Amino acid sequence: MDDAPIRASALPPLRLLTCGSVDDGKSTLIGRLLYEQKLIFDDHLSALERDSKKYGTTGEEIDFALLVDGLEAEREQGITIDVAYRYFATSKRSFIVADTPGHEQYTRNMATGASNADLAIILVDARKGLLTQTFRHSYIVSLLGIRHVVLAVNKIDLVDFDATIFADIVRGFRAFAKQLGFLTIAPIPISARYGDNVSTRSARTSWYEGPPLVELLESIEVEEDRSRAPFRMPVQWVNRPHLDFRGFAGSIASGAVKRGDEIVVASSGRISKVAQIIGGSGEMDSAGAGDAVTLALADEIDVARGDVLAAPDRRPEVADQFAAHLIWMSSETLLPGRSYLLKIGAKTTPATVTDLRHRVDVNTLEKLAAKTLSLNEVGYCNLATTAPIAFDAYGDNHQMGAFILIDRFTNETAAAGMIAHGLRRATNVHLQNLTVGREARAKLKHQRAVTLWFTGLSGAGKSTIANLVEARLHARGAHTAMLDGDNVRHGLNKDLGFTPVDRVENIRRVGEVARLMTDAGLIVLCSFISPFRAERQLARELAAPGEFLEIFVDAPLDVVVARDPKGLYKRALAGEIKNFTGVDQPYEAPEAAEIVLNSAVEAAEALADRVIDELARRRFIESL
Amino acid sequence: MLHVALKAFHPAPLPFPLLHVDTTWKFREMIAFRDETARRLNLRLLVHTNQDGLARGVSPIASGSAAHTQVMKTEALRQALDKWKFDAAFGGARRDEEKSRAKERIFSHRSAAHAWDPRNQRPELWRLFNTRIKAGESMRVFPLSNWTELDVWEYVRAEQIPVVPLYFAKERPVVERDGALVMVDDDRLPLLPGERPQMRRVRFRTLGCYPLTGAIESEASTLDDIIDEMRAATTSERQGRLIDHDEQGSMEKKKREGYF
Repeated sequence: MDDAPIRASALPPLRLLTCGSVDDGKSTLIGRLLYEQKLIFDDHLSALERDSKKYGTTGEEIDFALLVDGLEAEREQGITIDVAYRYFATSKRSFIVADTPGHEQYTRNMATGASNADLAIILVDARKGLLTQTFRHSYIVSLLGIRHVVLAVNKIDLVDFDATIFADIVRGFRAFAKQLGFLTIAPIPISARYGDNVSTRSARTSWYEGPPLVELLESIEVEEDRSRAPFRMPVQWVNRPHLDFRGFAGSIASGAVKRGDEIVVASSGRISKVAQIIGGSGEMDSAGAGDAVTLALADEIDVARGDVLAAPDRRPEVADQFAAHLIWMSSETLLPGRSYLLKIGAKTTPATVTDLRHRVDVNTLEKLAAKTLSLNEVGYCNLATTAPIAFDAYGDNHQMGAFILIDRFTNETAAAGMIAHGLRRATNVHLQNLTVGREARAKLKHQRAVTLWFTGLSGAGKSTIANLVEARLHARGAHTAMLDGDNVRHGLNKDLGFTPVDRVENIRRVGEVARLMTDAGLIVLCSFISPFRAERQLARELAAPGEFLEIFVDAPLDVVVARDPKGLYKRALAGEIKNFTGVDQPYEAPEAAEIVLNSAVEAAEALADRVIDELARRRFIESL
Repeated sequence: MLHVALKAFHPAPLPFPLLHVDTTWKFREMIAFRDETARRLNLRLLVHTNQDGLARGVSPIASGSAAHTQVMKTEALRQALDKWKFDAAFGGARRDEEKSRAKERIFSHRSAAHAWDPRNQRPELWRLFNTRIKAGESMRVFPLSNWTELDVWEYVRAEQIPVVPLYFAKERPVVERDGALVMVDDDRLPLLPGERPQMRRVRFRTLGCYPLTGAIESEASTLDDIIDEMRAATTSERQGRLIDHDEQGSMEKKKREGYF
């Protein structure tokens, strides 16, 4: 749920954020705005007068700040520690004000307030001019994608309404803000305490020719380009009231849709047509950004919570690696490599920060090398998700590019993120929806596709047994392919060595190739030492579920050293070959291989027969 | 809020039940409206009363507003949530109602003991709500957080939503107490010496336990009238809620203890 759907005026409500530090007069300004719009009810006002005497900092006058500093602890400390929301309306427009603290240790609160704002009022104390905090506030505002700012030069009464002081501040701000990409910057000299240029133009600043603050806020257009952006709808829920109806419910993030339009499920590439659009009160012909609707499609295609329905000619990116800005919000620091939950739209998936490219000093905008991010720090990172996600760059579409990271153990919201771009070239290569499926291909061959992954020490007999298995399968009319470690390293992987990093890449490539071959319906035999459990797990995860059999060809080291068919152990033991498994690199034996073959005890032919029997038993091939 | 929920799940029926924490001191017309609504819309209505409090004779008359609210509302709500093991409860609270509500999250986390920790709330960015909780913990969810009182009435008018008749002005028997107009809804309200119920044309902006809810004098008998009256209003709706004035920061205290 968002704003109320019915508002007093034609213009959409303006959501604004006020930025300023403790003494800039931020809360006073908001209090003043409410007071002058006659929005302080009598009972609140009498409470305010009572409170002003107790906590106030303005002597006998009403302290407007007390009106907005909500929580008791804040009142006692005299600072705003969280985000407070205030609502007011003039005859022309209604406003939602997020009041957030300005101290550096509250960067996260400010980012929170900014995430839902269209405009920011940046307060500057006329006596102090531009401060570090002004730069910080402006940067965070721009980082969160706010394009319109009001530079409110407050306490202008305390510098005798001096036009030069105002002009200097404005000039300095404009020069700094060039790099921040604001569309409009409106400078106004004000006194929040006395009301100059708040609701009405002040005679005391006759040199100022612009409108007073309220008039500016009433008229500013924060262009609504959500409706012009391509159609996007994250699916929140599958609506199935009875067997004859299946619809996909969600709020349209951008663009519009009408009955009969083609849509694509971003992650699967499946295309269908919109058969029905159902709103809260019944069927509609069309719907646009912000509408909460249920779409029924013409075809029965697979759609679940978290999927994104999109315009087929202007699709979102789909990738599992991307670059993003992160604002760290937890007191526990970021650990690259640790698994967090990433929530984007209605989708939640495990994710890790794979590379922290730099930290941004929020005061100077300098890029600094960093290993971690602490509370309130901003960084630019690469992230990887376990499942591909559909997204647009945050700059193009806030709802499609914003995400949060959740700590998997404490459940706290650890970070807010804004996607810059996808990382792999695959990002804009959309998955083709294949008409002939993998199962159809395999069925034609009277078999089920599977990867047989032979692992074991060099000389254990992997290739020998795999060759015998393939010959037997071939004789039975099965369609097969063989990927052998030595052969692959002469072609596909000839650029790779034997360091742990290269070994991981070697297996990743082989796993991908095996996956393509099983997609073709083949039984794929892979023969690789693959000494690390993690790599074999990687290969297993690349395969379709249930289509990967790990076959451990088990022979003790002394047996294989004695066999040494290629003379490699001799050279490795002599130190002529580095990184040799079993000699100076460990072999991690499988803990749960589907098939274990003891090649020191049984002959290769008998072991090959056992593999064939197992394939028949598991119904990958037909029994003879 | 019920109307919004029905629309959100349409064409499916509402997938969750409705819960009313009945203090036994609600206006009779409220109860009639509650039952009629559940019947008309075919909704599952659960009603819970703190039986222990009832047995101890806790009431707004005998115990005062603070103790009554604590036992019959706050504790009763906790009992009900525990009894049915709900992991989330929707409420219609809005941020414009009261200062401590202005910082309330839309998804507001509660510990296993139903406590609210305003100093340690999850940041809520964009429309990405972190709904994850551990066993025993729960969420209070306030979908109307960003609506104002005027928004609610304009929505009621636009969607023609039925409301409790007490919101419309009518001649009703009231007594004046501490500046508030208290309706004599049944014969449980003891009259003070010299008090005599008078028929006045009044309506309610908010509905709580009847002895704790002040009426306002009003001529507003239609939705249009109510909206016009509200635009000209100079007092807040919770002004009629006597429980908020118990002490400074009293709403925040109640909320920390589990009050909606």
